[in-house]
Amino acid sequence: MIKLKISMDNETKVLSLILTGVIILMSILSPGHFLRIETFQGMAFQLPELGLLSLAMMISMLTGGINLSIIATTNMSAITAALILTTWIVPEVPASTDIMIIMIAIIAALGVSVLIGLFNGILISVVNIPPILATLGTMKLLQGLAFIITRGYVISGMPDLIRFIGNGKVVGIPMPLIIFAIFAFLMASYLNHTSTGFNIYMFGSNSIATLFSGVNNSKVIIKTYMISGLYCGVAAIIMMSRFNSAKAGYGESYLLVTILAAVLGGVKSEGGFGRVKGLVLSLIILQVMSIGLNLIGVSAFLTVALWGLIMIGAMISHFIIEQRDLLKLSVSKS
Amino acid sequence: MKKLFQFHETYLVLIIFLLSIIITSINSNFISAENMFDMLKSNSFIGIMAIGMLLVLVSGGIDISFAAIATVSQYVMALFIIRFGGNIFVALAISIIIGTLLGMINGLLIYYFRIPSIITTIATMNIYYGFLIVLTGGKWIYSLPDWFRKFAEIRLLTFYNSNGNPYGLSIVTFIWILVVISAVVILKYTILGRSIYALGGDRKSSSRVGFNIFLTETFVYSFMGLLSGVAGVVQALLVQTVAPNSIVGKELDVIAAVVLGGASLAGGKGSVFGAILGVALLAILRNGMTLMAIPAVWFQFLVGVVILVSIGFSSYQDKLRSGKTSVIDILEETK
Repeated sequence: MIKLKISMDNETKVLSLILTGVIILMSILSPGHFLRIETFQGMAFQLPELGLLSLAMMISMLTGGINLSIIATTNMSAITAALILTTWIVPEVPASTDIMIIMIAIIAALGVSVLIGLFNGILISVVNIPPILATLGTMKLLQGLAFIITRGYVISGMPDLIRFIGNGKVVGIPMPLIIFAIFAFLMASYLNHTSTGFNIYMFGSNSIATLFSGVNNSKVIIKTYMISGLYCGVAAIIMMSRFNSAKAGYGESYLLVTILAAVLGGVKSEGGFGRVKGLVLSLIILQVMSIGLNLIGVSAFLTVALWGLIMIGAMISHFIIEQRDLLKLSVSKS
Repeated sequence: MKKLFQFHETYLVLIIFLLSIIITSINSNFISAENMFDMLKSNSFIGIMAIGMLLVLVSGGIDISFAAIATVSQYVMALFIIRFGGNIFVALAISIIIGTLLGMINGLLIYYFRIPSIITTIATMNIYYGFLIVLTGGKWIYSLPDWFRKFAEIRLLTFYNSNGNPYGLSIVTFIWILVVISAVVILKYTILGRSIYALGGDRKSSSRVGFNIFLTETFVYSFMGLLSGVAGVVQALLVQTVAPNSIVGKELDVIAAVVLGGASLAGGKGSVFGAILGVALLAILRNGMTLMAIPAVWFQFLVGVVILVSIGFSSYQDKLRSGKTSVIDILEETK
């Protein structure tokens, strides 16, 4: 237990160091542009989508699984909500019923995403398909379904109230950021202070030991993927309102970035390790880099390449730190 | 007979057979030799990468970067042959060298720093592809040399259909066949091949037994890179344009095909025959949909269904089987 704490501290240390480095570097590279309020506001609008999706990815990775269907889930629930909004809300009807319909749309979007999560969870725990394949299958299924429903067209024209969720501000703080903060906090407290959260970490470390300590593994997995789905649903609502539209195939490039963000934030792909704190730090690093480089006029592709380099750098430094700790441990034991 | 049904491949053959009957009953063009040769040609690109992916999966790893590697080697190859000329062997050599080098980087990173292969290859995918686009501006290349075009039209066997149009076994398919044969030889008849299975089965045991893990692991990823290089050339031969975004995005399709063929993501399991059947199943599904005039939007959906049903079926059987064996273990312990 003590060792776990030390390595977590290292995690945060490394990440904070990288973050400081990146911020200093960006401030030097573009002194006039980077350190401005607008930069950080832009960041505050872009970070939440990726953040919520990364949280969805993270919780599945904590169990040693992966959820490749997050983007497809997001699009599916965004399309559901968008269809409800665009067919039911007509300009002639007084606005009082609009709020009702918006509520229904949001609940439907979340409901769809949770159901997809349930489906994933059952496939993984009951049917026993490896998570990567189960979610790959669901991903294909949902992508197909989204195309069949929309015929590839964009569903656009959301009511103003919905647009507020993605573009509005409350006391100067962008609405998406508030939502993200709330959900990140909820995820952290769920993982750290509930028994299911504890079991998720346990399952990721050793699923057989977890089973023999009397935990219903299937239940844990199903809950994990349902939560993963729920977070996709929240991301769907933000994305839908930010783009003012929904479409099959939005944001597909996010998929691998979420894995990258999670891993950079210290989530182990074998499962069992990873904190929301680390993930949030790594998201900020990625976002600062992408905005900073964008300000200097660097192509987005180079940014992605640099993310890759940073990730490998982080993994190598983890490896070295781990080796050093192991060495210390064996020395002190002998 | 009973033994036959223990193999995943048997079920696949049955499914393919059933699917073929259904498609043929709706459109008899499906079973024509012309359509078959055509499918063999157009799927050789996926097929080549599937063989590389098979080796990686058998070794217990996964590679997401191969599409990026194929793109990079294809692009450099195209730039080179346009500027300096050459022939198909030069083109293949360049593509293969670059592919192998990039694959080797993956292997070395995975071996030396024990980074999970999925993470490493996602990172390197972004690095390779990102730098390619930055350095080249992501421009499409249309002006491939004439000999490159002519090579793609070579047929080893030529037949003529009723309209007098030639068809037959394309050189591209032949490259795929060569790749398949080499993979079978490596996996079945060399120590290297057996050590790949051993590595996938249990890393620690295989190193204790004396297999060279470093060599095996580096080889697997280098071979994936090599085949990505070949696949890059093949894809350029097929479509005669080089576009940086035409291959990327196919990663998960290839993995799905190989896994459908019975390769396990945990490693140690999988056969070349199975991988080919997996590719064939998806190819027939796509081809059959066109022939049966089902809108293309349904393809993804059906692929999802096929993956979930077929893998679900075998996984569920595994679960039942493992449930049985564990009961026996406990009984023996208590005796």
